[in-house]
Amino acid sequence: MYESDQIMEWLSQVPDPEIPVLTITDLGIVRDVDCSDGVTVSLTPTYSGCPATEAIEASVVAALEDRGVSDVRIKRVLSPAWTTDWISEDGRKKLRVYGIAPPERRDRPVACPRCDSSNTQVVSEFGSTACKASYRCIDCLEPFEYFKCL
Amino acid sequence: MSNRAIPATYATRLGDNALVLGQRMIELVAASPELEEELANANFSLDYIGQARMFYTYAGECEGGGRSEDDFAFLRPEHEYRNLLLVEQPNGHFGDSTVRALLFESWYVLLLEALTQCADEGIAAIAARAIKEVRYHLRHSSQWLVRLGDGTEESHARVQASLDKLWRFTGEMFVADELDDAMLNEFNGPDLAAIELQWQKNVAAFVAEAKLEQPGDQWMASGGKQGKHTEHFGFLLAEMQHLQRVYPGAEW
Repeated sequence: MYESDQIMEWLSQVPDPEIPVLTITDLGIVRDVDCSDGVTVSLTPTYSGCPATEAIEASVVAALEDRGVSDVRIKRVLSPAWTTDWISEDGRKKLRVYGIAPPERRDRPVACPRCDSSNTQVVSEFGSTACKASYRCIDCLEPFEYFKCL
Repeated sequence: MSNRAIPATYATRLGDNALVLGQRMIELVAASPELEEELANANFSLDYIGQARMFYTYAGECEGGGRSEDDFAFLRPEHEYRNLLLVEQPNGHFGDSTVRALLFESWYVLLLEALTQCADEGIAAIAARAIKEVRYHLRHSSQWLVRLGDGTEESHARVQASLDKLWRFTGEMFVADELDDAMLNEFNGPDLAAIELQWQKNVAAFVAEAKLEQPGDQWMASGGKQGKHTEHFGFLLAEMQHLQRVYPGAEW
């Protein structure tokens, strides 16, 4: 029998395969851990087409099996749908340090992750992945990615 | 139809629309006019195929017969597909693909919005996930409609021709059949008549902003929901299903 806090602690070390500075708990996709019968981890996909969904599920199973948990099940939870509001404060800081501007509330300007200027401009709403838009900083001229609100 | 058969069949139809449009967009990979469009297109395609996977998986669960998402996608013949004729139309030039996406997505966001309120929890949950993505896709297709329509003389003429050519495939979106009625009456599903009014309004606004002319009332093609497809569809399926047909059960 495991404690769900212990499982959560182990899951907080599993990186997101696309943005490896973030863990899956930073992203807020671990919705529940149930230890009543084996270990069932409820995960919510970020985007329908996110190629990382299956890789994440496999790495959750692997991370727990490495620590001796044998009976791991993954439950995919669709509702409520994932939102960027679930990215933790810590996750937002890590994104900024990594060079990706974290999602902002809609009325706030996107700040450059390099020089923190709010004098920035959208280059394209449709960036390298569905979750990101391309921006540039008008002050320091840095091109950067912005993790869009969803 | 039994109670579970309605969501199963309806989810399959939703999956068909998403998969076929997603597959059409995949055909454009490495063929976009610029890098930014290449990425946008491929990412939209991933969203649609992801939605199709969720709808098919759910349809298989409702059926309870052990059909997997792959069985739905790769092992059904043409006449078992119930997607709209609009989404199977060839990519044509960039304006054709843009208009096809705009006409479909303008309808699909309204449909998904209604489905988030339906009484079938499985479909409502997938719709809630999908609608966030399709709103974003529609921003892309509508922005391009305006750029092309209100662009050069050449782009204006070509995208007007795309609109005139594809308009005939929009009628079928609003003709409710037995399944639509069952969804509406038994599961508080979408009311296609109400969606039609809103769609007309929204599309008219996009068309006006793009300085294009909305095509008038005309003969409308239909048959997709009955499994009667246009000739293009067989070629799409032949390519998409080739591997599973030649090597049954092949896996990654």
